[in-house]
Amino acid sequence: MAEQYAIEMLNITKRFPGIIANDNITLQLKKGEIHALLGENGAGKSTLMSVLFGLYQPEEGIIKKDGVEVKINDPNDANALGIGMVHQHFKLVECFTVLDNIIMGVEPTKHGFLQKDEARKKVVELSKRYGLAVDPDAIIEDITVGMQQRTEILKMLYRENEILIFDEPTAVLTPQEISELMQIMKNLAAEGKSILFISHKLAEIMEVADRCSVLRKGKYIGTVETKSTTMEELSAMMVGRNVNFHVEKKPANVGDVILEVEDMTVASKVHKNNAVKNVSLKVRAGEIVCIAGIDGNGQTEFVHGLTGLEPIVSGKVTLCGNDISKAPIRDRNVLGMSHIPEDRHKHGLVLDYSLEDNLVLERYFEPEFTNKAGFLRRDNIRSYAEKIIEQYDVRSGQGPITMARSMSGGNQQKAIVGREIDKNPELLIAVQPTRGLDVGAIEYIHKQLVAQRDAGKAVLLVSLELDEVMDVPDRILVMYEGEIVGEFDPKTTTEEELGLYMAGAKRMEVKA
Amino acid sequence: MKKNIWRTNGMQSLIASMICIILGLLIGYIVLLFINPSGAFTAILTIVKNFMTYGRANIRLKYFGSTLVKTAPLLMCALSILFSYKVGLFNIGCSGQFTAGACAALYAALKWGWGWLPCLLLAIIAGSVAGAIVGVLKSYCNVNEVISGIMLNWIILYGTNTILTAVKETASPYTMQMNSYGKKALLPSLGLGKLFSNNQYVTIAIPLSIIIAVLVMIVLDKTRFGYELRATGLNKNAAKYCGMKEKRNMILSLVISGALAGMGAAFFYLTGYEQWECTKASVPAMGFNGIAATFLGGLNPIGTIFASFFIQHITLGGAYVDKTMYCSQISDLIAAIIIYLCGFVLFLKLTMNKLIDKAEEKKGGKN
Repeated sequence: MAEQYAIEMLNITKRFPGIIANDNITLQLKKGEIHALLGENGAGKSTLMSVLFGLYQPEEGIIKKDGVEVKINDPNDANALGIGMVHQHFKLVECFTVLDNIIMGVEPTKHGFLQKDEARKKVVELSKRYGLAVDPDAIIEDITVGMQQRTEILKMLYRENEILIFDEPTAVLTPQEISELMQIMKNLAAEGKSILFISHKLAEIMEVADRCSVLRKGKYIGTVETKSTTMEELSAMMVGRNVNFHVEKKPANVGDVILEVEDMTVASKVHKNNAVKNVSLKVRAGEIVCIAGIDGNGQTEFVHGLTGLEPIVSGKVTLCGNDISKAPIRDRNVLGMSHIPEDRHKHGLVLDYSLEDNLVLERYFEPEFTNKAGFLRRDNIRSYAEKIIEQYDVRSGQGPITMARSMSGGNQQKAIVGREIDKNPELLIAVQPTRGLDVGAIEYIHKQLVAQRDAGKAVLLVSLELDEVMDVPDRILVMYEGEIVGEFDPKTTTEEELGLYMAGAKRMEVKA
Repeated sequence: MKKNIWRTNGMQSLIASMICIILGLLIGYIVLLFINPSGAFTAILTIVKNFMTYGRANIRLKYFGSTLVKTAPLLMCALSILFSYKVGLFNIGCSGQFTAGACAALYAALKWGWGWLPCLLLAIIAGSVAGAIVGVLKSYCNVNEVISGIMLNWIILYGTNTILTAVKETASPYTMQMNSYGKKALLPSLGLGKLFSNNQYVTIAIPLSIIIAVLVMIVLDKTRFGYELRATGLNKNAAKYCGMKEKRNMILSLVISGALAGMGAAFFYLTGYEQWECTKASVPAMGFNGIAATFLGGLNPIGTIFASFFIQHITLGGAYVDKTMYCSQISDLIAAIIIYLCGFVLFLKLTMNKLIDKAEEKKGGKN
């Protein structure tokens, strides 16, 4: 008898006008296995999942469940077949409890009244069985991202889903939470659930998955057993060439102090305490300084204080000799500060503006783009946008007039990177610049950061990814609970040592 | 890839607006059928015909002029709402700003005997102050502009009633006739009235309001200021990130909104077409109808010109409905139903886009 597959997507082809999103793709998920789906942004992973969920109907190909052909017309059909998904951005009601979120839509009722006790029993039982520690009565907005994700997983289990899809589940987690999640996924698979794990983090795939299918530009490249492959081989399959994992750079040629922060304190928005406490640091021309730390230790607030998005409580910020502690954002920009923001959708782009309008977002007021009467000089904006698009290889459907919203994440980020670097800044602040990007784009952005440093600019990198922290900078500062607790040379330190400082287990006196 | 003509914004707005109008008329007709089936068709026809019900050409022309007189202030209100909408604010306080403008213009005209230009300017200032209050509250105290706008409407209404009592006729609650007491403040006609069979109310307000609609479009689409305003409206955080003064932009857009509404009031009351009633218990509907005109016009200043005309056309047309068959409120009711349906333009556009998506998905399978 042939091998039992929980779900099979055979020869799926899905076309959109002008593009073949899925070209004859076959994906076979065995019962009880963890199957990784690997591919760059725009490789067709999302389309394939949308087909599985009935959001799109494929032009060709069939879907089989347990060897029987099924027709999935809408997400309700997918649910009925036991297919569940944890989305990258959680679909939870922030002000409801964990329990309420889990039972939402399938609430047990008697004569129209909720029967929560029954539900609670089932949730507690499930959470014990799979090692998913949650507090059923906690409000979603109060709990950690990791626990929110466990709530999402419990939602699928409560619905007795057999096929669980995880869409880039580790993007939002701390290293500890990632290892917990890996364990949870293994437990689930051991209990007979079949898991489809969408990711482009190769190390995680190697650790947790049994097999891995690779897509590239809408085409099916192949499926490999993770036991018999290497990260290098996987990444070559994904991008179609060999990728350099290590950032090559010359020794730093450090110059004058560009940015000096003295005793900066920034208030927190979420709780009463100050999020950043008396932080002092210097960034010099020609070096990359990285602020490392686990998410939520004041990095975001520090950057907001530095860039002027939030006022600082006390302290002094000096940029190229100018005191900018209270300067408006525009002045900071003009003085030579560039900022690749943490959240490109919230701060970095006006999604409903065209690409060209987004590329002049910080320069539209310059005489090159606005004439004396206050009218925009559209021709100049167009040619400037075309230059950036060409130079930074920003790919989009319609060039300068493409809506930013319709572009892929990697290309949105490239557009922002191009915009910020082309301003020719003295100081480039890059906050998690590679978040959610694929290997090719990460490599590209790291190269750009190093190029800025080699051109004698000061670069301040804020990162949560240990690989990036170890690879890119010349100096590492670890931030823990709003304070700088350690300074390291990436050449001499280890990930383990950094981890101890990041977790607050050790600290040293750091002078700016 | 060839751009689908049905995808273009203008085309969609036009079709959606047309569907809304037809639906509105249809539902209005059904309501009339329920009330009195025998006269329903005549009644709906009367509403659509408006001034065309008159047999003689010169009378038609005169009442066409009157429709235009009422279109100008509505257009200004619609532009007021459109302007703040582009910055992501919903200026429901437009009626209040309109009232403030009316108050300023009439008081200056009747009490102080000012000329039309200073009266107009004062109305603009009054409207912008009313807008600024909402804007400042929104920017610095994070007070929702809809709530503060609505509440301010009432304060301005009763304030206006109190102030204008000083210039009302002794025997009635209406302010004094502009024709006799405020002649200097009457907007100049520049011979436009003659074109409309000597309709004395046809003034420069009509061409001015159209010019302003064009100006609003130019400011929003072509200037640095418009670029900033739209960016602020679409993504406040990004506007702040790139150094735009997003709070100032919000206040400024509401000030301009208020100015447009105030100007609209002057365009109306300084023609002498209507007197202010000092016992009014609600703000003029002009500001609320402006919302409908904005959406019916597809959020486009030029579209708004036609939408404003249409709304005034059916509102005035309602007045000609046979009152022996229908009670006198029927005209307002039918006009209100049609205007209500006009608000569905955005919804229809959304539905259309979905249909096109589906169609393209199917087509995608073949190429």
